[in-house]
Amino acid sequence: MNPDSSARPRAEWRRALLDYLGLAIALLLLVAIFSLATRHFFSLTTFRTIANQIPSAMLIATGMTYVLIIAGIDLSVGSVLSLCGIVLGLSLTQWRLPLPAALGLAVVAGAACGAFNGAVSIRWSLPTFIVTLGMMEIARGGAHFLSRSQTLYIGSRVEWISGWTLPGLGVSLPFVLALVIVVAAQVVLTRTVFGRYLVAIGTNEEAVRLSGIDPRPVKVTVFVLAGVLTALAAIIDASRFQSANPNAGTGFELQAIAAAVIGGTSLMGGRGSVLRSFFGVLIIAVLNNGLAAVGAKDETKRLVTGAVIIAAVILDQYRQRRAARPRA
Amino acid sequence: MLELRRLGKSYASFALAEVSLELRPGEVHALVGENGAGKSTLSKIIAGIVQPDSGTMALGGQPYAPASRKAAEHRGVRMVMQELNLIANLTVAENLFLDQLPRRWGWIQRDVLNRQAREALAQVGLSAIEPDQPVQTLGIGQQQLVEIAAGLSRRCQVLILDEPTAALTDPEIERLFAQIARLKARGVGLIYISHRMEEIRRVADRLTVLRDGRLVATRPAAEVALDEIVRLMVGRDLGENLPAQARPPGPVALRVRGLTRGEVVRDVSFEVRRGEILGFAGLMGSGRTETMRLIFGADRADAGALYLGGSETPVRFASPREAVRAGIALLTENRKEQGLLPPLPIRANLTLAHLEAVSGPAGWIPPEAERRAAERWREAMQIRCASVEQPVGELSGGNQQKVLIGRWLERDCDVLIFDEPTRGIDVGAKFEIYQWLARLAGQGKAIIMVSSDLKELLAVCDRIAVMSAGRLAATFHRAEWSQDKIMAAALSGHLQPAVS
Repeated sequence: MNPDSSARPRAEWRRALLDYLGLAIALLLLVAIFSLATRHFFSLTTFRTIANQIPSAMLIATGMTYVLIIAGIDLSVGSVLSLCGIVLGLSLTQWRLPLPAALGLAVVAGAACGAFNGAVSIRWSLPTFIVTLGMMEIARGGAHFLSRSQTLYIGSRVEWISGWTLPGLGVSLPFVLALVIVVAAQVVLTRTVFGRYLVAIGTNEEAVRLSGIDPRPVKVTVFVLAGVLTALAAIIDASRFQSANPNAGTGFELQAIAAAVIGGTSLMGGRGSVLRSFFGVLIIAVLNNGLAAVGAKDETKRLVTGAVIIAAVILDQYRQRRAARPRA
Repeated sequence: MLELRRLGKSYASFALAEVSLELRPGEVHALVGENGAGKSTLSKIIAGIVQPDSGTMALGGQPYAPASRKAAEHRGVRMVMQELNLIANLTVAENLFLDQLPRRWGWIQRDVLNRQAREALAQVGLSAIEPDQPVQTLGIGQQQLVEIAAGLSRRCQVLILDEPTAALTDPEIERLFAQIARLKARGVGLIYISHRMEEIRRVADRLTVLRDGRLVATRPAAEVALDEIVRLMVGRDLGENLPAQARPPGPVALRVRGLTRGEVVRDVSFEVRRGEILGFAGLMGSGRTETMRLIFGADRADAGALYLGGSETPVRFASPREAVRAGIALLTENRKEQGLLPPLPIRANLTLAHLEAVSGPAGWIPPEAERRAAERWREAMQIRCASVEQPVGELSGGNQQKVLIGRWLERDCDVLIFDEPTRGIDVGAKFEIYQWLARLAGQGKAIIMVSSDLKELLAVCDRIAVMSAGRLAATFHRAEWSQDKIMAAALSGHLQPAVS
């Protein structure tokens, strides 16, 4: 047998730790910098605020990570988010549906958009970039059409979703839910057949097909999941703002891609981690809140965030190259 | 005018050795030999695409050692490649003169360009083609002619044509031959690579036979008989065959009837039994790989059916998934593009085709179960690696191939198709793979082995089917086969005379 079989789990742990160490250090560094720069930043209130801001971004980044791993991209998530929000709002205010049915309908809308993205790109062998770009316009148009371009005020019926907080810590139900989903998605990715197929398809789809596996249902499922997670994000946002806005979610797709890329997900497919994308979401959120705390204007925030994204990818390349060096 | 002295070039699994050749002005010199005999390597050295390890060349009495294709073209040596090198969405004219577009102030002079292109096209009888037509609107044969026109239209002393007629119709071939005659009259020396013996005898002045990277003979083309060429190509010095164990042939595992796809695979019928290794011989492009892909459901067949076991019910697989579920495995010809997941660990590559075996409910993969399965195949296949967690892309070709074979053995299929299983791998790994094939046949598997290495087919197989130009030309039992017969069968589809 292999002599180092007992040492292997430990080596694996060390590699996993190293994988997250860089991101954790970057995050702590940002927190430290902002804490030193301004007295207002380092407080429970700030962290609570961040935790309650990011659940929708966490969910969308999770779906996006799956899509990127199969070498796809989903540009439609922002628009689909607004469409799902409008569907939820209309169900409650105009169609007078009970809350569970309204929530269900919003999720179905998200799933349907995802299914369309997946099925159309597979049936006509189109790049997902193109199909989801089309869906981005279709969903946005649909949201405006259904709402007559008006923001819908939903009122208190959905307030409880984000109103309830975990006793003691003060973080909201959506954050807990999003965290559970992130962890579950990471476990599915690394420990199940479905997750293995995602990575394999993103690495070499033809090899997967010729190994007797049909990649098409797997790919459709990924896009449906992205749609469902987007719908959940829409529900959370509707609850936070107690309204549904047909202009909601603009630019969310790029934020989600940025978070995934900061977390080391490859746009070429085959490589990515939901947990690391979560760190990406955290880094962007800390950056935004920290810069706001030091009084930076919106344009400064965008400049800095852009620079951080590029720097993160450059650093990740170095990490990759070191990991790829042949081991003795 | 072109002289080659003791040229040599070695690769990991092939070597060209001590080839000396002389090309005279106005001569058409044919190169013939089996796949992998060294024709392509030799012509690429002459065209500057590959540099020799040893030996020298001289052109017109001057030393000639081109460092690149461009350098060779500068000295008037050009090669028309077998694979098309055209850029599909540029126009015909742009493709013809891409390296010397007529320009003024940086602007392309379309009128000059198109006039030059029209002249070049007329030479190969493509007057009907507009120079500003995108190349992708042409058929394969016409594209081949454009490629040839690009070679013919430049001033050159030496022109190499690699299988120029492979995709051409008879009238097109006639026009090509007329052009060759014109070039000969101008004193250009031509090297002509082809499998079509009739063509060679019509067009060539002399022919040189290569075998295993060595020059076997150079003869005047008019004097040499077909069976002599075949004998020269195959050689007699084989010797060390693996002793084939006598295996009792079992029941039929797979019958193939009338399998057809376009012109590539035409009406192929055969059967393979349990405990049998059936070889598939043939020249490059004879349709062997395509036949296997049809059986495996990787491509759609136009016609034909498969019968599994003793069943009388015809089946046809719409996808590899269906084929695998029915117990058929295909080890693809192209490891990198169609088999491996290079950055993923050996473990994940080994278990890919049969994750069901190591996973529980809801598709959960217990890491220990998967690792155990991977370790088992690492040991059984003797995959040399640091650990099963090593990325498979870091392994040698032979060990990568063993991983892919292990992947299929984990799946435990009844019919195993191996397409070029030993291509590009070292001798030791080759021998291990032969032993595995024999062991699997001994276990009652039905094995199909496609190979361009006739010697290994002769050593390993119980029967050999020979394909030629998309058809199954002949099938030989061990008792009745000979290299000459197999080679003649492989060439048979190309023997139709060029004139219709």
